[in-house]
Amino acid sequence: MMDIKENKVVIDIQNLKKSFGDLKVLDGVSIQLHEQENLVILGKSGSGKSVLIKCIVNLLTHDEGSIKVGDFELTDINEEDLIEVRKKTGFLFQGAALYDSMTVKENLMFALSRLDKSFSKVEINTKINEVLDNVGLPDAMDKMPSELSGGMKKRIGLARTLIVNPKIILYDEPTTGLDPITSNEISELINATKSKFKNSSIIISHDINCVKKVADRIAMLKDGKIYKVGILDEFVNDNDPYIQSFFK
Amino acid sequence: MINTPNKATQAHKKNLKFQSFISFIKEKCIQFFIDIAHVIAYLKLVFKNVFTKKFEFEEFLKQCYQIGNKSVGLISITGIIVGLVLTIQSRPALVEFGALAMLPGMVAISIIREMGPVITALICAGKIGSSMGAELGSMRVSEQIDAMEVSNTNPINFLIVPRVLAATIMIPILTLYADAIGIFGSWLGVNLKDNLSLELFMNQAFSSVEFIDIIPAVIKSFFFGAVIGLVGCYKGYNAGRGTESVGIAANSAVVTASLLLIIVDLIAVQITDLL
Repeated sequence: MMDIKENKVVIDIQNLKKSFGDLKVLDGVSIQLHEQENLVILGKSGSGKSVLIKCIVNLLTHDEGSIKVGDFELTDINEEDLIEVRKKTGFLFQGAALYDSMTVKENLMFALSRLDKSFSKVEINTKINEVLDNVGLPDAMDKMPSELSGGMKKRIGLARTLIVNPKIILYDEPTTGLDPITSNEISELINATKSKFKNSSIIISHDINCVKKVADRIAMLKDGKIYKVGILDEFVNDNDPYIQSFFK
Repeated sequence: MINTPNKATQAHKKNLKFQSFISFIKEKCIQFFIDIAHVIAYLKLVFKNVFTKKFEFEEFLKQCYQIGNKSVGLISITGIIVGLVLTIQSRPALVEFGALAMLPGMVAISIIREMGPVITALICAGKIGSSMGAELGSMRVSEQIDAMEVSNTNPINFLIVPRVLAATIMIPILTLYADAIGIFGSWLGVNLKDNLSLELFMNQAFSSVEFIDIIPAVIKSFFFGAVIGLVGCYKGYNAGRGTESVGIAANSAVVTASLLLIIVDLIAVQITDLL
């Protein structure tokens, strides 16, 4: 089996700190994401997992430390470079964050046309059909988000992320609020996406079934710090009570 | 006199209460200035984005349609009632002074100068301001605004600027429409007791109206529109993260916009008075 650690680093986070007022959310986090790796960030609610990935796309600005996405350093990044970072990086939000006032097709078109205005109508339609096929919802094109179930919304959210062909995908709790069957389907979709598009992903989760299915490597966050990094077996066999509280 | 321990404790408690009151006031003052700074930064951002090459014209037209379409029914009903009520209420006083012939002109001036712009703006503050606050607030809560940013779309440019401009353009148009409907309502009111043709009523009404009555009213309604758009969008865009924030944003948009409209009206009236 190929050792992912030998792959090129696509995201390099060093000593990242982020506070909200007096509350330290991230307190010196250092972690790297390699090419074609699924890195799961595991931790309790409020441990700073979502804040970490929001810092990666500059939705939140970090206080200290550095985040490097590809060749771009995010500290004091200019607007043009930030556009390039966001072109490379897809983000699947916890609630999918589909635009309520737009149909599924318009949601997908919006994402595509905002990043690249050079596509013709035919190309856009082809891409939309292709990406809806990939997430297993070829007939959802004309539906409004309110007509979709939670699992379908996540799939369309993923389609919207995939349509711009990102090199990195950030998943914010992709299986939260879903039933075990749909949750399983989403986990399989994450793996299928990685196999097909050869992208790297950071997956925020506290759903152990999802973690077991998708993780190449796990980083556990506790009190704003990285508590442990390793592969699944290292976590499962660890006797640390905090780690075991997740895995048993 | 020597203080007993009990009195000393009471004095200490009073001192503590006073200190906590002072720190409460201090905190509120700091928060007030932070809020002012936020509003200034927001206004700066909006105005900067108005004059950008990336103007979202399609979204602007959509918002103009939404604002006009959403409010026209309500404004028609309110306009006609305002015209009717003004006429019915004013008639007895004018009859008493033998000045019934002045009724159309008086009502027309009242509607054009004050009632039309203010009633339209207040209705739109309720209807459009709350809808902007709720829509943007819900987009904030459900991370749609974040999703937009990640898709390389400036939310100020896409969401706020078209809404503010659409409100600024549409409120004066709705005001002129409300004026027309209100004057028509007044004609209906006159015809409840008298028999006056529409043509004669209009002649009497507009013989009293001058350009100076219409222009300031239209100008102030542009400001009313800007206030409704800016406040509605500000409250929605800066809504908190929980679902209750959506309600708070919508409610706060209406209350703040209504209050500001009255203040802007007062300022506008003072300026018009000087002219």
